[in-house]
This record gives sequence, structure tokens and C-alpha cells, in this order.
Amino acid sequence: MNAVAAIDPTHAASQRLRERAFRAATFAAALLVLLLLGGVAVSLLAGSWPAFSHFKLAFLTREIWNPVTDQYGALAPVYGTLVTSLLALLLAVPVSFGIAIFLTELAPVWLKRPVGVAIELLAAVPSIIYGIWGLFVLAPVLQRHVQPWLIDHVGPVPLLGKLFQGPPFGIGVFTAGFVLGIMVIPFISAVMRDVFETVPDVLKESGYGLGATTWEVIWQVVVPYARTGIIGGIMLGLGRALGETMAVTFVIGNAHRIGSSLLAPGTTISASIANEFAEAVGALYTSSLIGLGALLFFITFSVIAAARLLLMRLTRKALSTA
Amino acid sequence: MSSINAQRVLLVLSAVALGAAATVAEISGAGATFPYPIYSKWADAYKQQTGIGLNYQSIGSGGGIKQIKAKTVTFGASDMPLEAAELQAAGLVQFPAIIGGVVPVVNVKGVQGGQMLLDGATMASIYLGEITMWNDPRIRKLNPSLNLPATAIAPIYRSDGSGTNFLFSNYLSSVSAKFKETVGAATAVQWPVGIGAKGNEGVANMTTQTDGAIGYVEYAYAKQNRMAYADLMNAAARKVAPDAETFQAAAANADWAHAAGYHVILTNQPGEKSWPITGASFILVYAVPANPGATAAALKFFDWAFRSGSKMASDLDYVPLPESLVTQIRNTWKTQIKGIPAI
Repeated sequence: MNAVAAIDPTHAASQRLRERAFRAATFAAALLVLLLLGGVAVSLLAGSWPAFSHFKLAFLTREIWNPVTDQYGALAPVYGTLVTSLLALLLAVPVSFGIAIFLTELAPVWLKRPVGVAIELLAAVPSIIYGIWGLFVLAPVLQRHVQPWLIDHVGPVPLLGKLFQGPPFGIGVFTAGFVLGIMVIPFISAVMRDVFETVPDVLKESGYGLGATTWEVIWQVVVPYARTGIIGGIMLGLGRALGETMAVTFVIGNAHRIGSSLLAPGTTISASIANEFAEAVGALYTSSLIGLGALLFFITFSVIAAARLLLMRLTRKALSTA
Repeated sequence: MSSINAQRVLLVLSAVALGAAATVAEISGAGATFPYPIYSKWADAYKQQTGIGLNYQSIGSGGGIKQIKAKTVTFGASDMPLEAAELQAAGLVQFPAIIGGVVPVVNVKGVQGGQMLLDGATMASIYLGEITMWNDPRIRKLNPSLNLPATAIAPIYRSDGSGTNFLFSNYLSSVSAKFKETVGAATAVQWPVGIGAKGNEGVANMTTQTDGAIGYVEYAYAKQNRMAYADLMNAAARKVAPDAETFQAAAANADWAHAAGYHVILTNQPGEKSWPITGASFILVYAVPANPGATAAALKFFDWAFRSGSKMASDLDYVPLPESLVTQIRNTWKTQIKGIPAI
């Protein structure tokens, strides 16, 4: 039947036409992504142009955010975005690494599935739930028990102590970083687990065959093999932490200030936009908020670009040593 | 022949009537969140009586001003009155619709609602970061009978632009020169210290669960959540508690008749019973509406609310406008808004 159809010239022509149409459709779909990305970039730049042209570089270097005098600087939200994301990674990366190693190398078979499913479920929890939990459950505990201890015991330590001074409010940069860390754990650990699973058993078995301990196999076989995937997972988590809005808005304190202490309230780019955009009066205020959005776009873009570069270098290195 | 003509005229008339009814099946408005509870209650009752609904988006005062200027809604609502010059430039007419109060709420161990007394200068110092502990001598002096703990004060403020922010910062500016100079009064300001929370609910929650917090919310939120509010020392140096009576006292002392565009700010009003952080919420419509039918319907709604909505307003702890003011507003509609039928 098919052979007959293939010989039939009219059928072949219609087949070609269909293929061409399909190719055009997929191309259009791919083009749409580029158009959307370009559209977002252009509208962000156009919207933020009044702010950038008015404040020039000072928009990036000033901490002030004063709607009364119409003076805006992005330093505090940019700082808050980077610091909370960094704190989140500090917490999430070791924990996720532990989860992934445990699940792939150490856990008994009957435990692997339930824990794996639980982590995937954690990833499906809406961010507002994390925000509410952070505000109503975590913040009071931090304010009453954790932060006073930190202030009393870590606060007097030179240098490091500076990060843990001031009154315990329960919410602030520290709490936001903590909640973000918990939010990105499922993402990072899911990716890490998947890449650890791709390590060929032959490699691990050869390691064990040479008399290596589990510790040695993990650190000298599994981790080096999965290096690119680990970094990819971390970057995925970082990307999510940078842009997370609702949960952070709940617990960061929404203050356009850079406190020397991690316990002080701060703000992030996305939290500022969520809080202020609807009520922003005046062209410069709105434009400055869009300018914040453009900065976040740029930061996220740079993170992804940096991750790609790093991955390319690593693969090249791996290829050259191989 | 004439009867056919008459029929035609009737048909045309009924079509016009139907058309008019169709355009005002729903009144559209947007703006302040502070009066949202009462507007939605009025809207509910109005719909039951007349079948005309109100679609009110409580997006905040700044948003309300933006939306009416963009002509996407029939009326805008703002807690911050626009200056007469700005009204003129935009071709808008402004009138107050409801009065309410903002109250300071505290979360200090062992302090119940109404036990603490604060004054404007002290609150300004707290929000400037000059007073940082609850056992500060200045707070103790106002509250000699309270046993105030050595807890750090956590000032909570509205992080979103809001009329509540405007009233509070306007009040602090009017009692503290330093606050006026360093912070100022607006729907969104740069607070030198403290924690920002979104919306009245956000401030209420954050205050309730942060030890040592002080915040400010619309009165209904403080009352419904049974929060520990603080009494205030008013402009006449009298201690007043927040309730409909003291809000009304502040409104009664205002000089509405001589304020262009009803630009009256009710904070720090004279009078022994005046609650110092009282404010009116304003409505903005076009003097020459693009759709007179819709504007007339909106004004009819407010006319109905002024006549029949007072009880509902009081139930929700708002203060209805005084009768003399309502008469004045009706007169404003008649004289300043063009092309609409008499309300």
C-alpha cells in the first residue's frame, strides 16, 4: 500500500507539500520564541528609557528610592536580589547535593521512590505557600529563638558579626534567603539526581573493583562525571531564586535600604515591582520600576550566559584531557 | 398616518431607552483600597434595588488617578485629593465620598488595645529611627502606668503606594518638621527605618506577629482583627480614641465650602474630639464626560449612597458625609459636570 503510494507522483507531491508546511510551522514556532524575547527586551528598554536617560549611571549606583522627590536608584533592590539568591544557594546546594547523592548512591531501593516523589511534589508547591509559611511559621520562630541567639553569639565576632547585628525582626534578607533556599532545593536536587543517575555503572563498578570506598567513588567518579549537570542544576536554582517574587515579598521586609546586617529588612527587584507598580504615580516612577525589570532581565541573562560559558569550557577541558 | 408616526417615535424612544439602559448596566470605577469595603457593600445593595452593578477595581489611589486619566473607567477614586490646578488641567471634577480613620496599632507584650497613648512627635521619631526601644523615656513619659519592655521597636509601613500611607505620612509631616523634611508626605515615601508590608492586611498581619511592632491600618482592619490600637494626642492636646465619633469630629471642623475641588486634608484637625489621622476618600469624574450616560449613572449611584448608604457606612466604621457637604456636592455636579441629565 505504502509502496504504491510512494510511486504515485501526485501523492509524493502532496507529501512534499505537507513536509514543507510542517517545516514552516516548526520554524514559525521557533521564531516566535525569538520574537517574544526580542519584544520583551525592546519593551523593557523603551519603558525604562526615561529613567535611564534621566538618572544615567546614577540609577545603578544609588541606594535612594524616594517617590516624594522622584529620585530613584536601583542599588538596594539589585543588592537584595543578589544577596538573597546567594544565601539561597549557600543553603540549597549542599543540601541538594546530599539529597541527590543519598538517593542515587546510598538509599535502600524501597526508600528511593517515595523520597524522589516527595521532592518532586515540593517543587510543585506554589511559591505563595512558601511565602505564607515563611511569614507565619518561620519568621516568628526566627524572631524569638534563632535571631536573638545569632545576635548574642555571632554578633560580637569581628567581621562576621557585622552580618548578624541589629534588632531581631524575624523577617529580612536572612529570612528571604532561607525561604528561597528551601524553594530551590527541589529543583537543584532533582537535576542533580538525574545527572548522577546517568553515571554509567561500569565506571562506578571499576572504581569499586579497584578497591575504592563509597566516599572515593562519589568524589572521584560520580561528581567529576556529572560536573556539567551539577552546575546546570545550580544555575537553574539560581535563575529561579533571582526572579522569585511572592515568597520573597512576604518575608524580606520591602525596604529600599542596604543594611550591613543580614537580619535587616531589604528588598529585591521583583518584590519592589510587585509592591509598587500598581500604585506608581508619575512617568519617572513607573519608568524606574520598569528599569528594575530590565536590570533583572539583564542579570538573569548574564547568569545563564555565564553558566553556558562555564559549561562550554568544562566540556572542552574534559574533551582535551580525554 | 400620524398613528404610524407616533408608533415610530415610540419605537425610537424605547430603543434609545434600551440603549441607555444597556450602557449603564454596569458602572466602572477604579482606585483606592481604603474605601473598597464600603463601596462594594453599597454596590451590592444598589444592584439589588436597581439592577445596575458596580465594577470597582481596588487597585490603589495612584492606579485610580492613572485609570481615570487614561479614560478606561467612568470614575477614579483616590484617598489623596488632587490639587485644584491638576484637576483643571486634566478636566476632572473631584468630590469626597466617605470618611474614615487610620489608627496606629502596636504589638507590645502586656499592652492591650487602648492602653497605650502616643503623640505625633513620638510616632514621627519612631518612624525616623530616633526612638528604637519600647522603654524609651519619651514613650514612658506618655504612659507612666504601663510596664514597657526593653524590646526593639519594629516599625511596619505600607510598602505599596496607598492612601493610608498618604494620610499617615501627611500627619507625621504636619507634626514633625524633621519628618516633613527628610521623608515628606505621599502615597509612597522612602521610610528611613522599618519593615514594609503590602496592603492593610499585610501591615495588620506583620504587626500581629512581630514582637515589638508598631503599624498603622485603616480603622476597620484594626477593629475586625481586634488589634491593640493606640490612643493619640490630638492637635488640641487631648487624648482621643479612634472611633466614628472622633472621625466625625475631625470632619466637622473642616472647611469644605471654601476648598477648591474639595481639597481638604483631615489630618491634625483642630477640635477637642478630633482624631488626628482622619481622611476622606475622593471620587474623580470628567467635567465633560465622553459618555455622559455612564457618568450620570455613576453620580446616581453616589447620590443613592449619600441618601441611603449611611447606615451601611457606619456599620463598617466609616463616617458618612455631613448633610451640608452632600448638598454642596450635588450642587457641584449640577454646575460643573456638562451634558448629563439632572440627578
